[in-house]
Amino acid sequence: MTFQCPIPISEYPTVLLAHGGGGKLTHMLIERIFLPAFANPALEPLHDGAILEVGGVRLAFTTDSFVVSPIFFPGGDIGCLAVHGTVNDLAMCGARPLALSAGFILEEGFPMEDLCRVVESMKEAASRAGVPIVTGDTKVVDRGKGDGVFINTTGIGLIPPGIHISPKRARPGDLILINGAIAVHGIAIMSVREGLEFETTLLSDTAPLHDLVARILEVGGDRVHVLRDPTRGGLASALNEIASRARVGILLDEASIPIWEEVKGACEILGLDPLYVANEGKCLVIVARDKAEEVLEAMRAHPLGQEAAIIGEVVEEHPGQVILRSRIGGMRVVDMLSGEQLPRIC
Amino acid sequence: MKFVDEYRREEDARKLIAAIHRLVTKPWTIMEVCGGQTHTILKSGIDRLLPPEVTVVHGPGCPVCVTPLELIDKAIALARMPRIIFTSFGDMLRVPGSDGDLLSVKAQGGDVRMVYSPLDALRLAQKNPEREIVFFAVGFETTAPANAMAIWQARQMGLKNFSVLCAQVRVPPAIELILNDPHNKVQGFIAAGHVCTVMGYWEYEPIAEKYRVPIVVTGFEPLDLLQGIYMVLRALEEGRWGVENQYVRSVRREGNLQAQRLMGEVFQICDRQWRGIGLVRGGGLCLKPEFSEFDAERRFGLQGITVSESPVCIAGDILQGKKKPYDCPAFGRDCTPEHPLGAPMVSSEGACAAYYQYGRER
Repeated sequence: MTFQCPIPISEYPTVLLAHGGGGKLTHMLIERIFLPAFANPALEPLHDGAILEVGGVRLAFTTDSFVVSPIFFPGGDIGCLAVHGTVNDLAMCGARPLALSAGFILEEGFPMEDLCRVVESMKEAASRAGVPIVTGDTKVVDRGKGDGVFINTTGIGLIPPGIHISPKRARPGDLILINGAIAVHGIAIMSVREGLEFETTLLSDTAPLHDLVARILEVGGDRVHVLRDPTRGGLASALNEIASRARVGILLDEASIPIWEEVKGACEILGLDPLYVANEGKCLVIVARDKAEEVLEAMRAHPLGQEAAIIGEVVEEHPGQVILRSRIGGMRVVDMLSGEQLPRIC
Repeated sequence: MKFVDEYRREEDARKLIAAIHRLVTKPWTIMEVCGGQTHTILKSGIDRLLPPEVTVVHGPGCPVCVTPLELIDKAIALARMPRIIFTSFGDMLRVPGSDGDLLSVKAQGGDVRMVYSPLDALRLAQKNPEREIVFFAVGFETTAPANAMAIWQARQMGLKNFSVLCAQVRVPPAIELILNDPHNKVQGFIAAGHVCTVMGYWEYEPIAEKYRVPIVVTGFEPLDLLQGIYMVLRALEEGRWGVENQYVRSVRREGNLQAQRLMGEVFQICDRQWRGIGLVRGGGLCLKPEFSEFDAERRFGLQGITVSESPVCIAGDILQGKKKPYDCPAFGRDCTPEHPLGAPMVSSEGACAAYYQYGRER
């Protein structure tokens, strides 16, 4: 049998950067190529990780690859990002992280000093998060065939009894919370990108969220329905995914979404919508209305949730869509991103 | 955010919306010329807050959308040449040519780089003397001064590896073209504040007088738009015409004279093909003969480009305010941001993209 590619090849004969941007094209890859090919019940929920039951214990299992450029940026580097990213994917399954693996793809000629810095940073991040790196792999590719260093991390974690986190559990009436200001990581990275350097004091918000999540689950228990870290594709893409998986509508209130002045300013200048800009240390929590205030308080009491806010609600109307009430009272759709967000001309 | 949040206050917006509702007694059709304003209107939901008598149509003020297909195809041909580093603003990278777009060329190995200023392209030329750097000089009068500056500096620095593919366009002839159309329904205009920051609004006064239409120079924030719409409607209801300035915090009648001088030094007015619209007399800016060495079309002799436009796309009618994106049979079905048939669906200032992104459940 010959392989027939389910993606309209005439439209995309080659992979574009936008296929990895976390928006519609990424979804097209997942829905049309990966999901049908690998179909199984653990993969199907398209959660941040798979949930596997082993001898009566539920384990969360997840993997992520890190290709950030530049590798050192204000507030972090590819190393701590690789640890936090996988710890957070486990946390978003409601799991307590147990252990990580680390795979390195190094490019010939990559400075050893940079590699040491990255590894040191991973060591510190893993030890602060209390999650050991227990296995790994190293490959080196010819000069010109990589971008210095790529890191893959995989993690396993333990899901406490009674916790059932899944994007499908969002239901009308639930409230949507976030632990702080959005778009900080994306703007911090852009501020040091070649060709775009601008002065800012912004540091990436990269952070391990499992401790915050543990607090949220302590307070909210099974009334916490969905957890999601809005990384690539930002808040808008994460909420669109949830709306579409759970077949519910989402109503956001623009005025209550926390955004720092400096981030707003940078987005204005570049013509970017902060709703689509990447985050690393942010967590969306969808929780039953009767527990929302308690969960909000618990979040605010945690160092990573001091600016937590209720930013919207899950509704019955417009299933599959995210609608935003603008600052001036108008309504509009917040769609999933098409391709990469590109700065405007003027 | 200072100087921005002030123009997004719900309380003030409510007052203006109420004032508009009190003011309007009959149906009016007004056009916002600039794509940036189209996006503000849809992004903040202004279109749904206006009285039903008021129809807001979207004008040709998206420079990405009106860049002729032939120039996009030339850009793609240049980007495919091995010695060239092709530089462009982000907006242009996804615009469909006859065969693919600049992002696909990049995916196939072409050296296409997004820049944020033409001066970045100039720096690339200095850093890469063995390569040819071409900058896609697209835009209305807003981008023309910076583009002129890059070309002027390239000559001062004696750079031999820098050139521009010039697609610079001018607003006033486009407004006249719309008003001259026998089927025109537009009764008043919201003029683009950024263009007028550079050019002032003296050019609009004879147009307002000749066609007896109100034109209000307007900013880009929700309250700017609401106030600009209010001012146009007030003039229409009172039977007045002429030019008014809502965007006083940025625009003076004579504009930015220094920027105009620089533009005048490098560019001259020329006729230009506008995508979807056709030839617009005086609708473009071209390099003056003394700067022709920086003209990429001349330097690389791009002949024999044959273009093929989608037969379904009604971008031209949309850009002239004759039809709305929803009137297009392909909208949201055969034409989406992932698979655009025309430029208004991909540009961050395109009307179809605005309707698709912000208003699709209507």
